[in-house]
Amino acid sequence: MILLHAIPWAGALAGYWLFPEQLPLLSAIAIAALFAVSLDLIVGYAGLVTLGQAAFFGAGAYTAGILAQQGWGEPFSGLLAAAAVAALLGLISAPLVLRAGELAGLMVTLGLGLMLYEAANKAAAITGGADGLQGVEMWPIFGLYRFDLWGRTAYLYSLAVLFVLFMLARLLVASPFGWSLRAIRGNARRAPALGVPVKARLTAAYVIAAAYAGVAGGLLAQTTSFASLDALSFQRSADGLLMLVLGGLGSLYGALLGAVAFTVAHHALSEASPVFWQFWLGIALVALALAGQGGLLGLARAAIARLRRR
Amino acid sequence: MASAITVLLDGVAAGMLLFVLSVGLSVTLGLMNVVNLAHGAFGMLGGYVCVVLLNRLGVPFPLALLAAAAAAAAMGFVLERLLYVHIYGRDHLTQVLFSIGLVFIMGAVADWLMGARTQLIQLPSWLSGRMEFAGIGLGRYRLFLIILCGFVALALHFGLVRTRFGARLRAAVDDGVVARGMGLPVGRIFSITFALGSGLAGLGGALGVEILGLDPNFPLKYMVYFLVVVAVGGANSVAGPFLAALLLGVVDVAGKYWIPEVGAFIIYTAMVVLLLARPQGLLARAK
Amino acid sequence: MSAALETRGLTRRFGAFVAVDAVSLRVEPGARHALIGPNGAGKTTFVNLLSGALAASAGQVSLLGRDVSAAPQHLRVRLGLARTFQVNQLFAELTAMQATTMALAERAGLGAIWWRPLFGMAGLRAEAQQLLDTVRLPDAARHQRTASLPYGRQRLLEIALALAMRPRVLLLDEPAAGVPPADSREVLAAVAALPRDVAVLLIEHDMDLVFRFAERITVLAFGAVLADGAPSEIARSPAVREAYLGSTEVAHG
Repeated sequence: MILLHAIPWAGALAGYWLFPEQLPLLSAIAIAALFAVSLDLIVGYAGLVTLGQAAFFGAGAYTAGILAQQGWGEPFSGLLAAAAVAALLGLISAPLVLRAGELAGLMVTLGLGLMLYEAANKAAAITGGADGLQGVEMWPIFGLYRFDLWGRTAYLYSLAVLFVLFMLARLLVASPFGWSLRAIRGNARRAPALGVPVKARLTAAYVIAAAYAGVAGGLLAQTTSFASLDALSFQRSADGLLMLVLGGLGSLYGALLGAVAFTVAHHALSEASPVFWQFWLGIALVALALAGQGGLLGLARAAIARLRRR
Repeated sequence: MASAITVLLDGVAAGMLLFVLSVGLSVTLGLMNVVNLAHGAFGMLGGYVCVVLLNRLGVPFPLALLAAAAAAAAMGFVLERLLYVHIYGRDHLTQVLFSIGLVFIMGAVADWLMGARTQLIQLPSWLSGRMEFAGIGLGRYRLFLIILCGFVALALHFGLVRTRFGARLRAAVDDGVVARGMGLPVGRIFSITFALGSGLAGLGGALGVEILGLDPNFPLKYMVYFLVVVAVGGANSVAGPFLAALLLGVVDVAGKYWIPEVGAFIIYTAMVVLLLARPQGLLARAK
Repeated sequence: MSAALETRGLTRRFGAFVAVDAVSLRVEPGARHALIGPNGAGKTTFVNLLSGALAASAGQVSLLGRDVSAAPQHLRVRLGLARTFQVNQLFAELTAMQATTMALAERAGLGAIWWRPLFGMAGLRAEAQQLLDTVRLPDAARHQRTASLPYGRQRLLEIALALAMRPRVLLLDEPAAGVPPADSREVLAAVAALPRDVAVLLIEHDMDLVFRFAERITVLAFGAVLADGAPSEIARSPAVREAYLGSTEVAHG
């Protein structure tokens, strides 16, 4: 069982030596995976659909980026600050989202995400506006390991952060708290009749997911020395949802798998042409929505079950 | 400084346009409870049909408008029968993914066929220019929009209230099971409604080329506007979305004239505030 | 001694329609109390008011002597009020064991713990098994997705989840509804075996079950209390017969 868990991580680590030319892509995958895990916590486990998760990703990216730009380039404290700012935003917006009810709440997440995007766009003095945040300079990790041109440090750093937060998320979803989220997702009428304080739990999940997204955004700003409006865009929220359903909703490894598949496909197809990628992304979304949710992980599980039965 | 009345009239014209573009969504989202983020794609189709007919084939503007509406209605009908029927009653995440997927596909196709640039049209001379009206300057095209869209709104209002189809639609939406039991062809009613809503979006898209601009990003760019109209206006009437669209048009135009540095922020804030203040606008009929 | 559950003037309006009209009801500790009434009498709305799923338009609810009129659902549950639903409200994707263990953790006040696995809590697991023994859910059914269980089995789980709350007052909303006759014996056995110190308010259509189970009956009609008394009195009441006009079911008792 432990071996089964070791395989994906050993594979991710092996990537460091196997694809020395592709390390920035691998870092992008790790960051996307962390973002997908954050969405999985709130959408997959707690069942709260959001169209504005990029708000927290972007808040984290700008927080870490601006800190480093203003002369505090220490990576870990930068990530902590990114998490804290995103979590605070989550805490402020959670009551608004929950208050509105299901369908209206979905639109509130969209509206809040767009508000933040526009705010960052207009506050060019702080964020650099449409040009993005320039002059992000990171200090070496532990004062020892510099962020190098080939992205070696960046990848190992991103992978390590992903690993730690992934394991924390596993702990979270296996706990009574995690199970109460599944209960809320499974039946929002019954959960309160079992003594589950639904609003408080959803708020907690929302804030945790926001913090995760904030760290992912912070990682992006730190490893690329750049933050831009892209980090806040609706497209990013939509991409995250697609990774999630592609890999398999409500399972953390599904989120990882989805992030890998999505980012690699994006990389490969965008090289041909961005429109080509957009087209196939659309086809994949429609097909996945019509086929029902289980994602790649669901397909793999079904295949394994079939093999076992033989 | 633009005069307040000119801004008001421009805002009303934009709002009327927005109404025609979004009223179909207020049925699919508000009444049928389907989160359809692809609604703007039908508007985009109408826009492109109009551009091609007008610019390349020299078809007269009114005919191009009709063709735009017909094309969007036809695509709405086909997509509804082929795809949308499968996502009625599914969870919102599925509907979101499905409709975003459609937006991406149609955006990519539009990009391939027409390029990424913003399309321009040459309006016929009887619609271009401005006229003075008791000292108030108003573009002829804006006036045309107000009259045409006002007419559409009235027709819809009386159509939904007075006709048998309107009554059947309301019955089918209120309780599909009961309506089916009474022998109403619920499936067909839905697809006709969907086609009608898409056709109106197509008309709106064609009318809007001059005002809103048209490029492959159109559906996503205006998605929020459509959602605001539905969310604020509710789905119980034609008047609700109509007033919401007017309000939105005026606020948006006024904001762009007088406080451009704030940009779209106003609209998004208004959306969130209104959603919180009266979510029943959106959910009035949903149980 | 204070009542286990008491309402005073409890009212719920939907627009102009009064679904529950100034109902005052007292359920004694350990009672076997039935609430009956024709279709549309407001029984389910009343249960929703008691549990806090719906807010009352007027009136009070007190639980074990405490006014809980303003308390949200989950707090009423913590104070000892549990319910089942007329139509199963279960967790389709969870197994009976998972749902029950989760519920027990919530009851034990461990629901906010995020750093320890739920299934590492051996005490809770044993308790869940015990509870499922109590309602006689077969071992084989405990580790299947709830959605794949037959309705009768799901009904047992419905009751087990309510019992997991260790209630002082239990609201049973038509426990035998929708259960095929072949399986209903299991469900009725589970109802009959409820702990004697738990006050039970049974909302039921099936008069056989009501008169076998209840020691006190309240009749609701048009949202208001029509009669209240021992089963023998209720069976003789002309007003009740009137309310069930055309039906001879009441005479069974």
